Amino acid sequence: MSAHTASGRDRRSASTAAAAPPADPETATIDVPPRQRRRLPGAVYSTAVFAGLLLAWQLAVKVFDVSEILVPTPLAVGRSLVDGFQDGILVTHAIVTLEEVVYGFGLAVGSALLSAVLITQFRPVERVLFPLLVLTQTIPKVAMAPLLIVWFGIGTTSKVLTVALIAFFPLLINSVLGFRSAPHDQVEMLRSFGASRLQVLRYLRIPSALPHIFAGLEVAVILAVTGAVVAEFVGSSEGLGYLIQASNFTLDVARTFAVIVVLSAIGMLLHAIVVHLGKWLVFWTESPTTSGIES
Amino acid sequence: MSTSVEIETDEDCAISLDSLTMLYPTKSGVPVRALDDVSLKVRDGEFLSIVGPSGCGKSTLLRIIMGLSRQTSGHVRFGATSSTHHNQLGMVFQQPLLLPWRTVLKNLMVSPDLHGKRDDNTRARATELLRMLGLEEFAGRYPNELSGGMQQRVGIGRALMHDPRILLMDEPFGALDAMTRDQMGLDLLDIWDHDRKTVLFVTHSIPEAVLLADRVVVMTPRPGRLADVVDVPLPRPRRLENINTPEFGEVVMRIRKLLDSEHSAH
Repeated sequence: MSAHTASGRDRRSASTAAAAPPADPETATIDVPPRQRRRLPGAVYSTAVFAGLLLAWQLAVKVFDVSEILVPTPLAVGRSLVDGFQDGILVTHAIVTLEEVVYGFGLAVGSALLSAVLITQFRPVERVLFPLLVLTQTIPKVAMAPLLIVWFGIGTTSKVLTVALIAFFPLLINSVLGFRSAPHDQVEMLRSFGASRLQVLRYLRIPSALPHIFAGLEVAVILAVTGAVVAEFVGSSEGLGYLIQASNFTLDVARTFAVIVVLSAIGMLLHAIVVHLGKWLVFWTESPTTSGIES
Repeated sequence: MSTSVEIETDEDCAISLDSLTMLYPTKSGVPVRALDDVSLKVRDGEFLSIVGPSGCGKSTLLRIIMGLSRQTSGHVRFGATSSTHHNQLGMVFQQPLLLPWRTVLKNLMVSPDLHGKRDDNTRARATELLRMLGLEEFAGRYPNELSGGMQQRVGIGRALMHDPRILLMDEPFGALDAMTRDQMGLDLLDIWDHDRKTVLFVTHSIPEAVLLADRVVVMTPRPGRLADVVDVPLPRPRRLENINTPEFGEVVMRIRKLLDSEHSAH
């Protein structure tokens, strides 16, 4: 019973922390003395706070008579969202952006994992490649977006590459860290059973790397959405980034907000998929995806 | 076909160490002598304990025999030949070193998996070993659901999976509490009694060494040297009560004196 409550509470407070960081200290103080009495808080409170904020926003716009062109009311944003879904404009552009994100992210994951394996398994590759990669990491990746559009055109390719470029580095760094994280005595244990290097990689280094890789994936998936939008800003004829610019151009600020809502929904969805996949795959550690985020 | 030029084909000898020396380089430039001219013959089927304070090279000795380290000079021979296969050796480490993403059963299957032997026979052997180790109900559990003692049992089972002739144990019970430790030692003797493998058992506990072994190798540190090999004339099967007999006390005292005299000589 108590274990069940505790785990339920943990899950709830974790989701609140992800959804609304400001609510965190509040849950912390609630958690301390009466463990049984207040069972609902987390999600309920943060939803209430969110609704309160929306209400305050609505009232502020009405009371101070803010121009709709500067800040639309939440209701106007809601209307624009509904309209956008009904005439399909949000959906078609969202699909374009989602595709760019997914392809770019996939490309980043593949190349980052491959590079990480090569870097950690072969000394010469590490010596030559790793310093270069770390050096190029200092380049602001979004600054490359215009160049990529010049090289690969206004279509999907340049967007996919921007996404891949921006998502690549956090993945690479975390994966390298991960592939190096296998304890030395575990390696010796496998060697004592006659394991080859490839087998040590397969039986030990890859599973040991998974928690770090997922920490990288969590960061990278959010960056991937950012990358797609930025690339679309720079030059595109479709996608949610394009839609933001088009709406801004026609001073349809409510639609801009609606697109932002859709974008964050996409971000949350992708992030949730990564988190759950991580929890499912890395079942043997308590918190698989917190270690490598800083790096 | 054997390429070994060694004439000494002593059938009773499982492992023969011939003036093993191991130097570790240090920053100061003066290398540390982890092992200094260690020669030893391990009889086939004997339970041999190796005791000594930390830094006496007892772990290094096992690592060299296992092939995890390469000696600076000297030879290791197994039976008649100087080379051996991994499948003749099984090693148990101080930590269980289980793979946390594998169940208990799958942890036992590590070495068969590595060598592509995933047949029914191996599976049956794994189940049999789990029964012998009292872990049959835990076959489907993950290591983090097990106590330290149970984890180490899995570690022992893993080393026994391929039925090695020689079992190398590097302070296998060092991380366990005293009561679990005694019980594990006696259980190990039961397992050993089945087929009398050659066991090299490194420990820093003198009573543990004496309780388990036929002979105790006493080592002293800096440089790692073999001080003496002490016979343990206690009857088998051994029980915990053996500890209270005068014979047991005598052997323990002898070993203690050996270690003390070496200590005061420095």
